Amino acid sequence: MIWRVVQYGILALATLFFLLPVYLVVVTALKEPAAITLESTWQLPRLWYWESFAQAWNAFLPKLQNSFVLTLVGTLLSAILGSINGYVLSKWRFPGANVIFPLMLFGMFIPYQAVLIPLFQFIREIGLGGSLWGLILVHVVYGLPITTLIFRNYYAEIPDELVEASRIDGAGFWGIYRNVIFPLSVPGFVVVIIWQFTQIWNEFLFAVTLVSSPANQPITVALAQLAGGEAVKWNLPMAGALLAALPTLLVYIFLGRYFIRGLLAGSVKG
Amino acid sequence: MKWLRNLDSLVAVLTLLPSVILLAIFVYGFIGQTIQTSLTNWGKDPAQALAINPVLQFVGFENYKELFSGFIHGRFRQDLVNNIFFTVFFVGGCLLVGLSLAIILDRSPKGEGFFRTIFLFPMSLSFVVTGTIWRWMLQPAGGVNQLPSTVGLPEGQFAWLTSRQQVLQFDWNHLPLFTAWLIGLILLWIGVAALRGGEARRGWIALGSAALLIGWAVFIGPRVQLLPFPEIHGFNLAFIGIIVAAVWQMSGYTMALYLAGLRGVPEELREAARVDGASEVQLYRRIIFPMLAPITLSAMIILGHISLKIFDLIWAMTGVDNAPTEVPALLMYVTTFRSNKIADGAAIATILLLLVALVIVPYLYSQLRGEVRR
Repeated sequence: MIWRVVQYGILALATLFFLLPVYLVVVTALKEPAAITLESTWQLPRLWYWESFAQAWNAFLPKLQNSFVLTLVGTLLSAILGSINGYVLSKWRFPGANVIFPLMLFGMFIPYQAVLIPLFQFIREIGLGGSLWGLILVHVVYGLPITTLIFRNYYAEIPDELVEASRIDGAGFWGIYRNVIFPLSVPGFVVVIIWQFTQIWNEFLFAVTLVSSPANQPITVALAQLAGGEAVKWNLPMAGALLAALPTLLVYIFLGRYFIRGLLAGSVKG
Repeated sequence: MKWLRNLDSLVAVLTLLPSVILLAIFVYGFIGQTIQTSLTNWGKDPAQALAINPVLQFVGFENYKELFSGFIHGRFRQDLVNNIFFTVFFVGGCLLVGLSLAIILDRSPKGEGFFRTIFLFPMSLSFVVTGTIWRWMLQPAGGVNQLPSTVGLPEGQFAWLTSRQQVLQFDWNHLPLFTAWLIGLILLWIGVAALRGGEARRGWIALGSAALLIGWAVFIGPRVQLLPFPEIHGFNLAFIGIIVAAVWQMSGYTMALYLAGLRGVPEELREAARVDGASEVQLYRRIIFPMLAPITLSAMIILGHISLKIFDLIWAMTGVDNAPTEVPALLMYVTTFRSNKIADGAAIATILLLLVALVIVPYLYSQLRGEVRR
């Protein structure tokens, strides 16, 4: 009995810890700027003020569009490449695959600072400096390890007999992929797309280093700049934070099961 | 038909090739270039720093030597200390919160799915969003400090992110000494455990290494001077707020890992232990926790490498150029892209890479080794 009380007590405390920031964001975003004071931080707004969202929306719309283009293109390309790589590594094991795969995987753990200086120069030299396309290229390449890993582990579950049967029927490398592997890939794609979507949408280091022109900035950079300015009233950064969080939050709420699967796959064996 | 199969194998390898080449360039080629840059004087002469084709001189390990012992690079050393303290408290916090929540949720309380969703949702947010929110939560005269006053208690006084206090201070010159003691004692413990377990060779090797290290620490260590001057570093209390925010974001992940592990403990095993008269506490201590040890290790490594790379959260909470809450990942950015001291930045990046590799390479090796054997 005491144990039960303690148990629900801890759950209630933890829920408070996780939800208080959410309450504060929503309440602050809905207050008029003049009503935001430090002493009244936790009080409900006396007057529901929706203007902040309109302002944040207007200021952030181009950045949200940038983020969407960046995220969608980057996610799709890295997912497709990861699927094909995973197919090769799980069903067409070649000598040396055991060496190449870990070397590929290492790329997802490195601190990106260790490649940032040459990367910056490289992107500038190939004429993509400051543009969204340079950033997309970077996200596709550094996304390859995780997408390849998830698909490789996923395809390992598909029985080799299916592949063998298709091969006896005369299918080649691409025929097997088209007829056997790809039709079974939907759950794998869902996991990978959700994972990459969240990662690329939330990414900051590459975005802030490689995209110099404000017109091409993704939302994370714009939000960091807005909140970093000292003079800004807090209603705007809070409304902006909500807008920036919404896409990944919706994905999490509606497809949480697949999100968690991607999360666990990130610890290599899954 | 054999040649056809070989042809397909060739196609398979050729299909993988573009990705392999891209990663070879973007990961290993660029790392090589960074290391190369760190051995030059790029940025020492401001006129050369931003030149299209800078004239660079090879200076060997000079930049590294400067970072660890040069007078003006005390900031780097404090950043390193910051990051180590941050890692210890962040990983510890996540493990503690994650394990507690997982144990409770594993006992299927009412509304389990609801709680799980709540505890995990911060994982889907950007560190920038989390940082922005918690920066507002931790305003010294508002936010969390105002919480007690909503129920009539006196408000909190801690300055959070603007605190300038430092605790657990030590002299940088004693770092080799502490390290030798720490690793020596760990090896001693490993050695004793191995001998007790009957692994004589392993035990004696560990004990021998431990004796060497402790001997060094007793007889030579106290006289080692890294710097010609004492230099005090410690744990900046301004980091507490950042640790809280980071735990808020990542403890759900730890919970998910542990929950997956707990669900893997067969019900028959628990039943058997209960039948044998084990209390609930004994059940967890003797049976379930040992089974969770590999998960704890994985979680420590994944969280540890995240905390060594922590960058966006601190940027969003205290800005990019705030010395008390700085870590090497941020200092690298400031040094390279704001001060144009590119070689110094490359050296910091290389040190960071080495730290992460120290954690990740053995992990990848052990994770994939079992597979290859199979």
